[in-house]
Amino acid sequence: MTEWNERPGRIRRAPENFLGPAEIEAVKQGRRDFLRKAFLSASAALGAGAGAAALAQTAPAGDPAILNLPEWSKTLGMPVATRGYGMPSQYEAGLIRRQSPGLTQTAASSVAFTPLQGMFGIITPSGLHFERHHQGWHDIDPSKHRLMINGLVRTPMVFTMEDLLRLPPVSRIHFIECGANTGMEWGNVAVPTVQYTHGMLSCSEYTGVRLIDLLEMCGADLKKGRYLLAEGADGSSLTRTIPMELVESGEVLLAYGQNGEMLRPENGYPLRLVVPGVQGVSWVKWLRRVEVGDKPWGTKDEAVHYIDLMPDGIHRQYTSLQEAKSVITSPSGGQILLDKGYYNITGLAWSGRGKIKRVDVSTDGGINWRPARLETPILSKALTRFNIDWVWDGKPAILQSRCVDESGYVQPTYGQLRAVRGTRSIYHNNAIQSWLVNEAGEVSNVQVL
Amino acid sequence: MFKCYEKAALVVALLFAQTAMAASFEGIGRAATPAEVQAWDIDVRPDFVGLPPGKGNAVLGAELWEAKCAMCHGTFGESNEIFTPLVGGTTEEDIRTGRVKALADGSVPQRTTLMKVPTVSTLWDFIHRAMPWTEPKSLTPDQVYSLVAYLLNLAGVVEEEFQLDQDSIRQVQERMPNRNGMTWKHGLWPWGPGVTQGGIGNGGIPDVKNVVCMKDCKKEVQIASRLPEYAWDAHGNLAEQNRSWGPILGKPISAAAQAEASTAAGRQKNMLELAKLKGCTACHGVDHAIVGPAYKDVAAKYKDRPDALAYLMAKIKNGGSGVWGEVPMPPHPALSDDELEGLAQWVISGGKVQ
Ligand code: HEC
Ligand code: HEC
Repeated sequence: MTEWNERPGRIRRAPENFLGPAEIEAVKQGRRDFLRKAFLSASAALGAGAGAAALAQTAPAGDPAILNLPEWSKTLGMPVATRGYGMPSQYEAGLIRRQSPGLTQTAASSVAFTPLQGMFGIITPSGLHFERHHQGWHDIDPSKHRLMINGLVRTPMVFTMEDLLRLPPVSRIHFIECGANTGMEWGNVAVPTVQYTHGMLSCSEYTGVRLIDLLEMCGADLKKGRYLLAEGADGSSLTRTIPMELVESGEVLLAYGQNGEMLRPENGYPLRLVVPGVQGVSWVKWLRRVEVGDKPWGTKDEAVHYIDLMPDGIHRQYTSLQEAKSVITSPSGGQILLDKGYYNITGLAWSGRGKIKRVDVSTDGGINWRPARLETPILSKALTRFNIDWVWDGKPAILQSRCVDESGYVQPTYGQLRAVRGTRSIYHNNAIQSWLVNEAGEVSNVQVL
Repeated sequence: MFKCYEKAALVVALLFAQTAMAASFEGIGRAATPAEVQAWDIDVRPDFVGLPPGKGNAVLGAELWEAKCAMCHGTFGESNEIFTPLVGGTTEEDIRTGRVKALADGSVPQRTTLMKVPTVSTLWDFIHRAMPWTEPKSLTPDQVYSLVAYLLNLAGVVEEEFQLDQDSIRQVQERMPNRNGMTWKHGLWPWGPGVTQGGIGNGGIPDVKNVVCMKDCKKEVQIASRLPEYAWDAHGNLAEQNRSWGPILGKPISAAAQAEASTAAGRQKNMLELAKLKGCTACHGVDHAIVGPAYKDVAAKYKDRPDALAYLMAKIKNGGSGVWGEVPMPPHPALSDDELEGLAQWVISGGKVQ
């Protein structure tokens, strides 16, 4: 019979702080035999008394975590409402939004990335939603916020937040992805983890009113007015041109709710536009005005930025749709597999064209593929979670995922994407991501053509 | 009160309720006053709809620029400290053709605003709504005309004395260096009639195609790019950016590795990357001059100068001109002393990678 701590393929290891520099070096060198040692000393440290330590080192009767009742089993816990707004466990403190050093020159026009590497399911906790502001963020007083609708309308109108909250709401789950997500990787590998390669991606349940209902209230001329301008109330008053067809479909929302509560200030409190399937910059935050017009506006963020440079020096303007894309979130870059044996490979897939139909996963760099399990719900223009079994044999492996959406579009390889769009586009990089697992179990970011 | 309806009447009523839904939102919203619309409707379109009257020129613009904009964008709009450079990379020929050549041949690594922007309205609209960055919406229309004129003058699009106003701006549009540099023909705007019928897009037809292959899809796996070593360290301790327990942990970037990045040897290794991050490589090649001299030429020039390190550190920090030509090097006040020393050392060594 095997002992509790000697099962083959055991993936249990000492917490990080039990690893000294020498052991960290050993992990880097690919030696796994130290793990046992590290684990034993960790057990010793965990044991409440010297007796337990001795036990762990000599003839173990069992796991000290079982044999020595922990404090939380023997004492009184905290009262209710100790924290009026709940917080994640202290043990989850590493999974926070982070900036990529050197990406931008100043933090008020910058990006903070969502920690996809440690997340489950499809909903992004609001506090971990990625951030992208052009001129900083404000916490706007909702009683002073107004929405104006003007342009090609019979009556230009003003709505208070009270007005908007009286209207019949809808709630829908959608992904939002910055057009520049994975933009640092167009030419070569640049960043270590999925947080930085793909973390300008989040998915929430949004609650709000359909924009089309308000346009109808104003008597919008939908014959001539085939474009819409959305404008923010912040210093940048960011503006973007939106296609009227999407508004008419009823998909475009004026959202105030996010995951059951109001929007967070960083995400546009108290009102933002939700434009499913379209890049994040169009989801104008702190929305103050919507104008109906007969031509696109050529605003700064559609004439200088969010334009895709092609190899011939021409930029594609008004590129808005986010094409089908997927990524394995774990195991992913910067992580370490602790031992050989069974792993669940998990990841996310999404498409601006509708639902995800299938995701295939390769562990040999794209030579052979296996279909992954799609978890429900599978919603249009929302993240879809996929999972697939994998037994790691300790040899180098390259993990990839490839998705197909309901339009039949198949996520391309880097080779295919670059053959058409070159390497300088910045925006709309939806290439298949590759993670290399080396013999030491270290996962790193590589690009496979 | 609701009493008893005939079935048919109920159906009619429901149908009516659906089609007339919008009209039934009694008491919600109100008409905007003309003054309110005027206060917020500030957008200016490429066809100049929305452009308010006013006038200005580059001479006035230069003064305003120095007072309100230069601290962030540099005297000549060249600064890379707070944001990417606004001006540079466009030529007389570009103004003639309406296509910025450097975008095609990649000769200027950093794409400036004036290299990209096709429409002059965009500059007017954006400066008016959002600049100065810390004091948006503080400029009068006349001031905006002057500031736009100043930027255009720097790029050689208009003369110093040229009066920019509601009419003359149309001529300026015909000289924008990248006015013909955009295409609307692509698959990422799937809505509306498409370019062929005067709209945007090609109807949503994708430009890149892959197929679902499941077995023996290729012969070999070609790794085209790997994470450079400096990038591991540059993002901090990855172990702390993952869940601290579980089957998969984050890679510990040991304090030693992070510290190594700041030792002399480690720094040297990473300086090319730092130079890229800080925008130096936009103006300097290691082996070839761009706007500024090649680093190997700088190294040769100062190889016998004893205080070369201190001199170059000061020069990189404060900028200046006259040593290699008329064009000034912008100041880099945000660089730390460590970074300055590392960069200067690296330049002195001829910009070697190792
Ligand atoms: C406090 C620093 C600061 C000052 C002062 C400032 N700017 Fe800016 N400027 C910025 C930043 C940061 C951005 C990028 C904003 C964004 O991300 O949307 C920017 C963007 C711009 C752009 C668009 C460039 C592009 O490629 O997107 C123009 C044009 C511009 N500024 C002009 C001006 C003018 C004219 C003034 C003076 C009236 C001015 N700026 C003053 C920081 C500043
Ligand atoms: C906007 C263009 C530009 C940028 C960005 C730029 N430089 Fe320069 N640099 C120049 C020019 C022009 C000169 C020549 C100045 C002169 O003639 O005195 C120069 C000169 C130099 C010199 C030689 C100084 C001398 O007196 O001989 C060094 C060293 C140098 N740059 C380093 C850097 C470093 C390091 C950075 C990034 C932190 C940088 N430069 C960024 C344009 C630039």
